[in-house]
Amino acid sequence: MSYGVRLYVSAPYGLFTRPELKVERMTYDALTPSAARGILEAIHWKPAIRWVIDRIHVLAPIRTQTIRRNEVGHKAPYGTLKSAMKRGDLGGVQLLVDSDRQQRAATVLVRPAYVIEAHFELTPKAGPDDTDGKHLDIFNRRAARGRCFHQPCMGAREFPVDFRLILAGEALPTAIAEDGDLGLMLWDIDHAAAGRPSMFFRARMQGGIIDIPAPDSAEVLR
Amino acid sequence: MTALTQRHDFVLIFEVTNGNPNGDPDAGNLPRLDPEDSHGLVTDVSLKRKVRNYVELACGGEEGMHIYVQEGAILNEQHRQAYVAIRGEDKAKGAKLNPKDEAEAAAVRDWMCANFFDVRTFGAVMSTGINCGQVRGPVQMGFARSVEPILPAEITITRMAATNEAEKKKAAEGQEGDDRRDNRTMGRKHIVPYGLYVAHGFISARLAERTGFSTADLDLLLEALTNLFEHDRSAARGEMATRKLIVFRHASALGNAPAHALFDRVEIRRIVDGEPRAIDARLDNLPPARRFGDYDIRVNVDEMAEGVEVLELV
Repeated sequence: MSYGVRLYVSAPYGLFTRPELKVERMTYDALTPSAARGILEAIHWKPAIRWVIDRIHVLAPIRTQTIRRNEVGHKAPYGTLKSAMKRGDLGGVQLLVDSDRQQRAATVLVRPAYVIEAHFELTPKAGPDDTDGKHLDIFNRRAARGRCFHQPCMGAREFPVDFRLILAGEALPTAIAEDGDLGLMLWDIDHAAAGRPSMFFRARMQGGIIDIPAPDSAEVLR
Repeated sequence: MTALTQRHDFVLIFEVTNGNPNGDPDAGNLPRLDPEDSHGLVTDVSLKRKVRNYVELACGGEEGMHIYVQEGAILNEQHRQAYVAIRGEDKAKGAKLNPKDEAEAAAVRDWMCANFFDVRTFGAVMSTGINCGQVRGPVQMGFARSVEPILPAEITITRMAATNEAEKKKAAEGQEGDDRRDNRTMGRKHIVPYGLYVAHGFISARLAERTGFSTADLDLLLEALTNLFEHDRSAARGEMATRKLIVFRHASALGNAPAHALFDRVEIRRIVDGEPRAIDARLDNLPPARRFGDYDIRVNVDEMAEGVEVLELV
């Protein structure tokens, strides 16, 4: 167990899409461990380490809003791109938004704010000079100075995150005084396994704090 | 092509006068509003669309400057251009074509980034079946939000013609009068009398390395943001203009200061009787702002974090 980090994150909106409600996107009530991992990885990540989320503190009341936007219906077809590349001309390589228009609503969280408590573990890819201290120092230095690989986001890239490192010994901001069962929540996606299965856990909020089960615990449901 | 080695964060401040900057499909095309505090919103995708349109106008057909997500008709078809062939012809047929391996998927991604400005800038999702073949672009934008609550006005307009015979009959029912009135149909326009909007944007130098987003691309992007509305005139938009574009250039790729701390340095205040005042609830009893001169925008450059340069492009 290496030393943990604590990061305060907030944004104007957040969208942690429920996998079962993807078309008209509906957000989970709180930050998911997998989105929290993405936020930390946006600040510092190397193949030698793996972030593990321990706890998520919900600091703002859970409120939602609906935003409907024009979207494009399809992704870029790989086959078309490849044949265009082979031919060496760009004919037929475009998405016409007017003829492929979809209007979709997204139910998003309003002004979410959280504290992420996490630590990292070394992976088999760690070399001899990958020590816990080194990566912890890099993360702390970056987070304290506002440096990042790319600006982290609250579930979707249009909702940029303001982040601030909570220093050792600094008191945590007060979480909302709410208990509740947030139901089954995405824990993370297993990118190593075939077919990239999703893993879930039962999210329970106690005094605004959600405890996240460890990667190998029985609470992580596959 | 010099690679981008510095992180940038930018603040785009634009205004709308008697127009609808971004309609809400859920509310009958009313200007988008935050229902809780009545501030106006303009979505990120709306601004990105305008950037794409500008680049298409400015560099239409230039090599490597194509736009993948296009509006309307394709003006520049079939550009033969040199490219590096990756592999010989392999006959793949079927409903779903997947790349043979990661290397091939990467080759296609790189080819897309090299040819299309918007893929290089904003990214794109290509359904390769292998990890979605996503290109995550270096440029990220948030929603634009008005600095003060807006009150959209509904304007009813009339047209002196009917679309078809049935409409003409309906209009004429219960009315006696001249021919001119018979054909009249009614329509509606929604406008924001005046609104000043602020959008925040982020450009990651590290992701730019991956997609090949260069300093020339950055200059073009900033030019596009400066002239964002100059070629986007329409009946619905009214008068829109970029009023300020403030770019924070970091000395390093990872950045030298938190983005939100930099954005906080852009202070927008209302001018009341010639004096700038903070924007708060006390302004509610005063007449609303109706022109850009009603606002005072300052960038606080005191005690700037080391290694952050402020560029005021507009």
